[in-house]
Formats: sequence, structure tokens, C-alpha cells
Amino acid sequence: MAALLASLRTPRGLIVALILLVFAILPLLTQAFDQRYLLSIGTRIVIWSIAAVSLNMILGYGGLVSFGHAVFFGIGGYAVGILAANGLQSGWLQWPVAIAASVLWAALVGALSLRTRGVYFIMITLAFAQLVYYVSAGLEAYGADDGLNISRSRFDGLIDLRDKASFYWLCFVLLLGTLWFCSRFANSRFGFVIRGAKSNDLRMTALGFPVFRYRLAAFTLSGAFGGLAGILLANEGAYVSPAMMSWVKSGDLIVIVVLGGMGTLFGPLYGTIAFFVLEESLKPLLDLGHKGWGEYWQIVFGPMLVLIALYARGGIDSLLGRRHG
Amino acid sequence: MDYLVLQMLNGVQLGLLMFLLAAGLTLTFGIMDLVNLAHGSLYMMGAYIAWTLIGWTDSFVLGAILALPATFLLGIAVEAVVMRRLYARDHLDQVLATFGLILFFNELVRVIWGPAGKSIAVPQFLSHTVDILPGVPYPAYRFAIIAVGAVVAVLLAWLVARTRVGMLIRAGASNRRMIGALGINIELLFSLVFGLGAVFAALAGLMAAPLTSIKIGMGDDILILAFVIIVIGGIGSIKGAFVAAMVVGQIDIVGRAFLPDFLKTFMSSAAASSAAPAISQVLVYVLMAGVLVWRPTGLFGQRN
Repeated sequence: MAALLASLRTPRGLIVALILLVFAILPLLTQAFDQRYLLSIGTRIVIWSIAAVSLNMILGYGGLVSFGHAVFFGIGGYAVGILAANGLQSGWLQWPVAIAASVLWAALVGALSLRTRGVYFIMITLAFAQLVYYVSAGLEAYGADDGLNISRSRFDGLIDLRDKASFYWLCFVLLLGTLWFCSRFANSRFGFVIRGAKSNDLRMTALGFPVFRYRLAAFTLSGAFGGLAGILLANEGAYVSPAMMSWVKSGDLIVIVVLGGMGTLFGPLYGTIAFFVLEESLKPLLDLGHKGWGEYWQIVFGPMLVLIALYARGGIDSLLGRRHG
Repeated sequence: MDYLVLQMLNGVQLGLLMFLLAAGLTLTFGIMDLVNLAHGSLYMMGAYIAWTLIGWTDSFVLGAILALPATFLLGIAVEAVVMRRLYARDHLDQVLATFGLILFFNELVRVIWGPAGKSIAVPQFLSHTVDILPGVPYPAYRFAIIAVGAVVAVLLAWLVARTRVGMLIRAGASNRRMIGALGINIELLFSLVFGLGAVFAALAGLMAAPLTSIKIGMGDDILILAFVIIVIGGIGSIKGAFVAAMVVGQIDIVGRAFLPDFLKTFMSSAAASSAAPAISQVLVYVLMAGVLVWRPTGLFGQRN
């Protein structure tokens, strides 16, 4: 607790505290200013942050460029969607099944893809994600390409997810839980093995660590939290479709993690906020220049990514000054 | 039997198109160690530029021939402005920057050519059919694709195996720093190879255009297939790209053509025709996973 208070005195700690505070009371703010639309953006930011934090565990801390992380949106989402379509509405059933499915898939993909290195790893994770994408697009019984409308998971007597504010707060609490887990992970012996293997996996192997098994464990954990984000995303839109896990979404997740600052606890959070704010603000900004230009916001966003890749590797986190510990 | 021959020819034709796309990719990958996700954008740009030029010249052949130097210049420009700065970076930076390029090109096309798709008509002189076997007609245009693809593949094999530039390309793929140290102008070589890759991608894009349609993002999905091909074949290997493209072409086409009938034996016919394309796509990825487990650097990749 004392350490927590001490961190509030640094600019970084203050900013994090401020962001979390705004997020904690967002439903109250949007109600007070009558901006319902902002709450739905806020919900999506929180959900994407969970996914970004989970990708950061392997990409940021582990240096494993997984180009298929959005597949867990799909697996978590479709597990909920398929059960819901078969009349099983209970969240107590849906959510554990969805997490279990994500864990199983992550373990399988990890076991195969972690044997490869570099570009091969990027491509094999992408390919496995595409595989699930095409399978979901071929599920005639569950809407195929068009996707599937579902009703939100039910936790009778506990929480009503149809209430937008309650759902938002649930997502927020789960984000806090994910961040807590990630900080424990990053500072544990397990996390240090993963981080060590990022800078030199031969050395870690020589020191006697079974790097492959550690990485597999991290990959699987990351998949579990990715699946959680998928569950929430399916509930947020009350809809699942193959588009949830298109490879562009995987690319977006990588962009978010790098934009925020790889291998930092709150980087994914900054990155998600920046990503959504850019998306929402570039459109009106371009529209100011000329009506209708806003539709083409990616013509500005694309080159921005190039510049970020070339000149801003530390991400937003590095703008906040040096880190302590 | 005739049907099988026809579908296999379609598989060869798809395989050759994929090879054209994969060849440029595997060269830039092998020599510059560059993950270029925007290669599919060059495929798309090739098709759009060809559409415009064909409109101006009112001739498919002339427009297509003019589109090639145009995309060569585009490739050189992209290389000079962005790619050159990425060679020394790690793969993550390359993925990020070229992902940005994809977004840029997709929007650029939307600004210039509008959101609606375009189509290029099959040229008049190729709009008939040819009897490949007595009584088995095959569209002449598809036949022309096979012919052009085969000629380009042979030319490329000759270029890589028999010429000085090819020798440098192969040397670059096995040890980039060494050929630099030997006094070869690597920058020029890299520009040239990238421009060449852009031309191949554009050629594939414009030849595919009359068969499908020209639309935004047309290069993105096919690019992933091209990546799968070079990963199966082994990065940097032209031979590997060719073999893998042929295999993938057959799996894709023959899967689409014959799986529905097979699936109908135990599923409803609507479900079978919906599931078949998905399954043939999945087979391609299963093949890749199998190859990588067996040989982590692909069929013809360098092992170290």
C-alpha cells in the first residue's frame, strides 16, 4: 500500500491513477453529460485493453511476435455464441467453456508454433488464426460469414449484463484483475525467465531453464486472457462473426501494444486508448478539412504507423520518462 | 475424368499466379530479411493501374505491358521511401510499418478509384476456348495465364541460376553482409529486387483481374496464402516457392471442386457446398503446420 501511494508521486503513477479513476466512474460521467455513445466506446476500450495486456505478456515481455492473437476474440466469442444459440444462456457455463477452449487452442498452437523462430513464428501463428477464421466462416449452422446474433450471458440474481453500466463495470473489474495478474507475472520468477529468454534464449537454456515449456505456459496464459476478452466482446455487441478474428484485428492488437509501449504494465492501456481516440478523432478532424474526408482516415493513420515503427519504438510509455523498476 | 483434368489445370493456373506473388515475397524475404505485408498492396495496385491504362489505351495487352514498368517505379519508390529504413530493423517493426502501408494503399485506392470494385474484360482474342483434349474445351484466357506464368517462372529460374544478378541474389540470400563486404552495391541490388518483386506481384494481380474482380483489399487475403507458400517452400528459395505454390494451387482448386461431392455423402448439400471452400482453405494451413513441425525452416529452406 505504501509503495502504491509512493508511486502516485511520480508523473507516471499520477497519470495511471487519473486514467483508472476516469475509467472507474465513466458510466457516471457519460450519464451526467448524456453521452451514451461514449460508454460503448469506453466498454470496447476496456475489453481491447484486456486483450492487449494479454498479448503484451508474450509479445512485450517474451518478444514472441504472435500475429494471430485476435483468434482468441473469435474462440471466446464463438464458444459463448454457439452455446447461446443452443439455448444455453448461463454465463456460469458459457464463460468457463470459452476460457477452456481458448486455453486448449493456445496450448495446441503454442506447442506447434514455438518450435519455430522469427518470421516462421509470425507466419504460423497467423496461419492458425486464419484456419479458425475459415472454419468459423464455414459454420453454416451458426451464420457462416454473416455471424450470429446472440443474447448476453446470464448470471441470474448476480448481475444483469444487459444493463450497460453494470456490464461496463464488470469489464473494468476484469481489466483490473488482468493488470494485477500481469504485474504479478512480470515480476515473478516465471516472468523473469520469459523476459530473459527474450533477450537471449540460448543463455537461458544454458542456465538450465526449459525455455520452450516456460514459453508454452506463457502463451497459454495469454490465450486464456485473450479468450476472456473474446467473451466480453461477444457480449458487448451481442453478436459474433468471423470478422472478430480477421487478421487485421490481430494487426491492430500488435499496433496497440507497440504504440503503448512493449513490455510495460500499463503500455497496452495507453495504446488502446490512443488507438481508439485516434480512430474517433481523425474522422472528425479530416471532416473539418473537407466534408467526407473523414471516411479516409486510414490514409493518415497508415503512414502514422510507419512513423511509429521507424521512430517511436518505446511507445507512449517512454514519453512519461524513465521507469523505476 | 475430363472434369478432373480441367480442375487440375485450374489448379496449375492458380498455382502459377500464386508463384508470381510468392516469388517477389520470398526474394525480399530471403535477401533483405524483410517481412513485407504490403506485397499484397502491390498486387492490388498492379490491377488498378492496369485497369486505368487499359481504359486509356483501349487494349488489354498494351495496358498490361505499360502497367508493369509503372508498378516497377511504384515498387522502387516504396522501397526508397519506407522499406530501405526497415532492413536493419527487427521483424516486429517491419510488420508494423508494412501493416501501416496496407491501410494507406487500401485507402489510397478508395480515394483515387472509389469504393466500388472494377472489372477488366477478358481480351477479345482470348475469349474463345481451346480443346486441350479432344472434346474438352478450356478457356483460352486461363490457358494464356498458364503460358505466361510458365514463361515467367522459367525466366526467373534462368535469371536466378544463370546470370550475374541471380548469382548476387543467391549470395545475398545466404550471406547478406558478405556480399556487401565484397564490394557489391547492395542498395542498388535491393532496389532492383524489390522493384522486380513488385512487377511480379502486379503481373499476378492484373492477370487475375478478368477472372475475379478488382477490389480494395484484394491483395490482403491472397497475401497470407503467399506467405503460407513461402513458409512451406522455405524462405528465400525460388524452387521452394514454386513447388509449394503448385501444391497449394492443387489443394485449393481440387478441394473446392471435389469436396462438395464427397461431403454430400454424409451432409446436406447446402452445408456441403458451404463447408467445402472452408475445408480446402483449412487443408492448406494444416499442410503448412505439418511441414513446419517436420522441417521448421520449410521444404527447401536453409537450415542452420
